[in-house]
Amino acid sequence: MEVSTELILNALWETLYMVSVSLFFGGILGIFLGVLLVVTRKGHILENLFIFSIVNPIVNIFRSIPFIILLVAIIPLTRLIVGTGIGTTAAIVPLVLHIGPYFSRLVENSLLEVDEGIIEAAKAMGATPLQIIHRFLFPEAFSSLILSITTATIGLIGATAMAGAIGGGGLGDVAITYGYQRFSTITILVTVIILVILVQGIQSLGNTLERKLRRV
Amino acid sequence: MIEFHQVSKVFDSGENKVAALKNINLTVEKGDIFGVIGFSGAGKSTLIRTVNLLEYPTSGDVIVEGKNLANMSEKEIREAKKNIGMIFQHFNLLNSKTVFDNVAMPLILSKNKKKDIEARVHEILRFVGLEDKAKNYPDQLSGGQKQRVGIARALATNPSILLCDEATSALDPQTTKSILDLLKRINEEYKITILIITHEMEVIKQICNRVAVMENGQIIETGSVFDIFAHPKTDTTRNFVKSVVRDEVPKSVYKILKENANNSRIFKIEFFGTDSGQPIVSNTAKTYNVEINVLFGNITELQEIPFGNLIVELGGDHHEIERALRFIINQDIEVREVFEDGSQHRVDFERLVGNALHG
Repeated sequence: MEVSTELILNALWETLYMVSVSLFFGGILGIFLGVLLVVTRKGHILENLFIFSIVNPIVNIFRSIPFIILLVAIIPLTRLIVGTGIGTTAAIVPLVLHIGPYFSRLVENSLLEVDEGIIEAAKAMGATPLQIIHRFLFPEAFSSLILSITTATIGLIGATAMAGAIGGGGLGDVAITYGYQRFSTITILVTVIILVILVQGIQSLGNTLERKLRRV
Repeated sequence: MIEFHQVSKVFDSGENKVAALKNINLTVEKGDIFGVIGFSGAGKSTLIRTVNLLEYPTSGDVIVEGKNLANMSEKEIREAKKNIGMIFQHFNLLNSKTVFDNVAMPLILSKNKKKDIEARVHEILRFVGLEDKAKNYPDQLSGGQKQRVGIARALATNPSILLCDEATSALDPQTTKSILDLLKRINEEYKITILIITHEMEVIKQICNRVAVMENGQIIETGSVFDIFAHPKTDTTRNFVKSVVRDEVPKSVYKILKENANNSRIFKIEFFGTDSGQPIVSNTAKTYNVEINVLFGNITELQEIPFGNLIVELGGDHHEIERALRFIINQDIEVREVFEDGSQHRVDFERLVGNALHG
């Protein structure tokens, strides 16, 4: 059985929808956690080992749970937040919880790359911790953060393939249900090609932006 | 004015405690260009960081313009820091911002009006000679230009104190000189008190009026630059002085001594003070029947006072040489005789008198 163009387009839309919405919320979560991981560590501007010792393992736990398990395990929570445990919108909740902690590590790395001397200069100027984050850390890490977002987005595209498990749909789901389970090689081929183009496009966009912004 | 009273700092990394500062007492007067010199690890970096509380002293007080920052609230400290500019060895500029934005940063942080910021940034960029670079990024500048941006940024908020943390250590000698000249201009035109830490005696020599020598977290010597150069009391200080004023006797001089065809004697005349070498040599030659050859000279200027040494060969009658030496010593000038074996002995009155009696 062949799949229609409409089905593919619909799946592409579902993928883009899941990726963009969960990237938005996951991005906020990731930046928040990533900043916390940096500024509360020992010797940093808002050193707070209590907060650090809570956030750090939580991020690790979420990162170690396989996404397919997370997807199913948090269905009650998903239902609480979006009202339903299945469907494309329902897939967004586990996607956010998956990508947020992952992205937070990327943010952490980007922010830690900022020269300590810059922070020292900021402190010498009498900058508040919020000003240091906003005026010094983020601008200096910006190009590196762009690459982190690129990596996170591509990670999300991969994760959406599993969203079919709770009826999330998307290109990955089409590849599995129509292509793999019904032996339609052409379906697999078409969806994979679309995914490859998507990933390539996002990576190139990220690289171009980064190159434009980088000043070292 | 910056006062350090019994300032100590201990870095406690759990197992081992490192005392970076031990009971530092020091006063930097208003208008000083005060240099703190020491090898790396001497504690000078920690010392300068206690002034704007990048490091909190473990004990003791640092009083800046009459105020003890450590006793203030966070908000008051941030306000006080606007009166203390700081520049760094590696400039610490924001690479993602233009020169203009870098210099504007302290003014943006204290929420000044955009128009005022613009006027002030252009004024200060003009002062450091980088007006045409306002739209450039730091990576398009040379090291010296980057440090000028750093200086402009430090001066943006009109501080009364400027802290320089090895500000010229990453620069070549020529650029170092131009940056030091700029610092001197800042000191003179804006009446800003400057505290410099460095490991280069050249920096101290060029612009400081007072100096402290640090070793192992302690200040081992302090005084006017002239006194420290003229009369260093410790080996460490002597070594620093030697790094800018050569005082060893060159090999060629020993060769002359060895050959010593005309039975002459060789002396090192050390000048610290208002007398420069030349009049003394010529006066001596005029007054006494001795022949004076200047073999080697090393004279520099400290705070516009000549300082250094001349190595001269004195030839002629034995008694006449002794008389000439007495004449020189009488003018409060230190004379050392150089011997073939490499030793030097101070020539003083008693020996001269003794020699005169016996001879």
